[in-house]
Amino acid sequence: MASMGDTSPDVGRFARLQDQLAGYGFLAPWLIGFFVLTLGPAVASFYLSLTDYSGLNAPHWVGAENYLRIATDDDRFWTAMNVTFTFVLLSVPLKLLFALGVAVALNKGLKGLSLFRAIFYLPSLVGGSVAIAVLWRQVFSGDGLLNQALNMLFGYEGPSWISNPSTSIYTLVLLAVWQFGSSMIIFLAGLRQIPKDMYEAASLDGASPARQFFKITLPLLTPVIFFNAVIITIDAFKAFTSAFIISDGTGGPIDSTLFYTLYLYQEAFTNFRFGYASALAWVLVVIIAFFTAMSFLSARYWVHYDD
Amino acid sequence: MTSLALKKVTKSFGAVDVIRGVDLDIAAGEFVVFVGPSGCGKSTLLRMIAGLEPITSGDLAVGGARMNEVAAARRGVAMVFQSYALYPHMNVYKNMSFGLETAKMPKPEIDTRVRKAADILQITHLLDRKPKQLSGGQRQRVAIGRAIVRDPKIFLFDEPLSNLDAELRVQTRVEIAKLHADIGATMIYVTHDQVEAMTLADRIVVLRAGVIEQHGSPLDIYNKPVNRFVAGFIGSPKMNFLSVAVAASQDDSVVLNLAGKQLTLPQPVPVGQGAPLTLGVRPEHIVAEGAGGVSPDGVSLGTFTVMHVERLGGQTIAYGNLDDRQTLTVALDGQRSIAAGDKLSVSIPAERCHLFGEDERRIGG
Ligand SMILES: Nc1ncnc2c1ncn2[C@@H]1O[C@H](COP(=O)(O)OP(=O)(O)OP(=O)(O)O)[C@@H](O)[C@H]1O
Ligand SMILES: [Mg+2]
Repeated sequence: MASMGDTSPDVGRFARLQDQLAGYGFLAPWLIGFFVLTLGPAVASFYLSLTDYSGLNAPHWVGAENYLRIATDDDRFWTAMNVTFTFVLLSVPLKLLFALGVAVALNKGLKGLSLFRAIFYLPSLVGGSVAIAVLWRQVFSGDGLLNQALNMLFGYEGPSWISNPSTSIYTLVLLAVWQFGSSMIIFLAGLRQIPKDMYEAASLDGASPARQFFKITLPLLTPVIFFNAVIITIDAFKAFTSAFIISDGTGGPIDSTLFYTLYLYQEAFTNFRFGYASALAWVLVVIIAFFTAMSFLSARYWVHYDD
Repeated sequence: MTSLALKKVTKSFGAVDVIRGVDLDIAAGEFVVFVGPSGCGKSTLLRMIAGLEPITSGDLAVGGARMNEVAAARRGVAMVFQSYALYPHMNVYKNMSFGLETAKMPKPEIDTRVRKAADILQITHLLDRKPKQLSGGQRQRVAIGRAIVRDPKIFLFDEPLSNLDAELRVQTRVEIAKLHADIGATMIYVTHDQVEAMTLADRIVVLRAGVIEQHGSPLDIYNKPVNRFVAGFIGSPKMNFLSVAVAASQDDSVVLNLAGKQLTLPQPVPVGQGAPLTLGVRPEHIVAEGAGGVSPDGVSLGTFTVMHVERLGGQTIAYGNLDDRQTLTVALDGQRSIAAGDKLSVSIPAERCHLFGEDERRIGG
C-alpha cells in the first residue's frame, strides 16, 4: 500500500477520494433523512414563526410579532407553561427516584431478575401508546377501576380523578412515572459497572449498606443519573400523547392538563395559526436548550466522571 | 499484633469444594505468604479471613476469639486488594480517611493518622489527588495507606504487586518488608511470585487444590520439600525431575540406575530393587565439567548434551538432555562459554539430591 502511494500519488489520491465517496454513500440515507426530514422542516418552521401563516393562505411576514404576543398577550401560553412545569418538576424527580429504587432492588441479586426486569420494562414499551392512555382513562375516571377498588376496600366514593381540575395533572404525572422502565434498565447497567471490590473495600472500612449506597453507589452512578435526568426532562417537556388522549385533545378540564405541546397543537390544527404555533415551538426549543445547558453546566459540580 | 488460627476450615461454592480442610496457626507478628498455582484457593482463603466470604465449616480465631460470624470491619483486619479498589471519586486523603470517618473517629485524630501514614509511604504530596491521577505504584501505596490508618491487627495482601512493573515490584517488596519490620503487625500475603514469597515470608504456606501441601520457613521448603509438587513449585528455574530405578537398596545407601549408568546416594530407601523413583535436582546445584566447572566430588549424572543456552549475565542457563533423552536444566554461575551441541559431564553433591517415591512424597530427611 505504502509503496503504491509513494510511486504514484495520483492513484493514492483517487483511492482516497473513492473511499470518501463510499463513506458518504453509506451515510446518504441518514444525510437525506436529516436534511429533508429534520433540518428542512426546522428551517421552514423558523421562517413560518415570523409569519401569520394559517395553512390556507400564503404566509405574510410579521416579524417578531408572534413572539411578542407570546411574551405579553397570551394567557393560555402561561397556563400551558404552568401545567408543563408542574408536570416536569413532579414527574422527573419521581421517575428518577422510582427507576433508581427499582434498579437497586433488582440489582440485589434477586432470583428471576430477568423476568422482573422484563415486567418492569413493559410499561415503557407500551406506555407511550394511545392504548395505554385510553386505559389510564378507564382507571381514573369516575367509575373507573381505582374508584371501584377504593369503594370496595374503604367504602370511599372517589371523584373522577381525570375530570377534576385539581387532580387531573397528577394522573398524568403518575402515568409518566409508571413508564420508568427504560431509565431503570440504564440504571441497572450503571449499577453493574460499579466494581464489586468497591463494596468489599467499603465493608472492610465498616460502611453500612446505607453508607455504601450514599458514599459509593450514588457518586459512582452520577454519570448515569445525569444522563437519565437530561433524557427524562426533555421527554417531559415534550409530553403530548397522554394529555391529548385523556383530555380528548382539549387540555381540560379547564386547561388543567394543557401541556405546552398540546397548546401548540391546538393553535396549529384547531385554530389554524401555524405561524403562531411555529413560534411556540421555537420557544419550547429555547426552553429545553436552556435547561439542558444548565444541566451540563451544573454537571461539573456533582457528576463524577472516571476519566 | 495478633495471632490467628484456622481450624479445619472449608469453603464450598455450591457443590465445588474450594478449600478442603485447612489447619494453620499464625503467630502474632508473623509474615506468612500463601503460594500455589492459579485457582488453588489462595484468594478465597484470604477473603474468608477478611470476612468477605463466609466460612462453610471450621473455625477462624483472631487473637483467640472466634470470628466466623463477626462482620468484616470488626475483625481488626485490613486488606490490600490486587486491583487496589481505591474509591475513584475520592481523593487520596478521603480514600484513607473513609474508614475512620465511618467509625466516627474525631477529625483531628483522623488527620493525624492519615498524615502519619502518608508520611511513612511518602505520599503526602499526593493527598489531594484522585486515584486516576496516580501511577500504579502510587495507587499501590495509597491502598497500603488505607490499610495502615486503620491500625489493624492483621494485614491481608492479595497479590498486591502483580500490577506493577518489575523494578517497582522489587522496590515495593522491600518497602513492604520494611513496613512489617516497623509496625510489626501480623501479615498474610498472597502471591504467585516465588521471589516475593522467599524474600518476604517468615513462613511460606504452599497450597494446592484447597489443601496445605507444606508450610515452613522459605529455606526449609527449598531444602526439604515434602513432595514433588512443592519441590517443583518453589525454586527457579524449576527443579529437574529424573526418572530412576533402584538397582540395589542397602541399609545406609541406595544405588540408582540413571540413563544407563549407576549412581550411589548415601541414604536408605524403603523400597526394593527395580522400584521406580524420582530424583530431584535443582538446576543451580548441578556442576558441569568441561564448561570451566570445578571437578565434581559429587555423584555423576552422566553426559549432558546442550540444546539451548540462555545468558542472564550473572547466570548461564543451559537446557538439554541426558543420554536417555531425559531433559535437564542446568544453571551455572557467571558467564560460561558453552553453546548448543556441547557435551558436558554433569554431577551434583549427594546432599543436594532429593528422592521422591511413586506417591510423589519425599524419601528420607
Ligand atoms: N464466587 C465463586 N463461585 C464459584 N467458584 C468460585 C468463586 N470464587 C472462586 N471460585 C473458585 O474457587 C477456586 C479458587 O479461587 P481463588 O480465587 O481462591 O484462587 P487463587 O488461588 O486466588 O487463584 P489466582 O492465583 O488465580 O488468584 C477457583 O477454582 C475458582 O474458580
Ligand atoms: Mg487470587
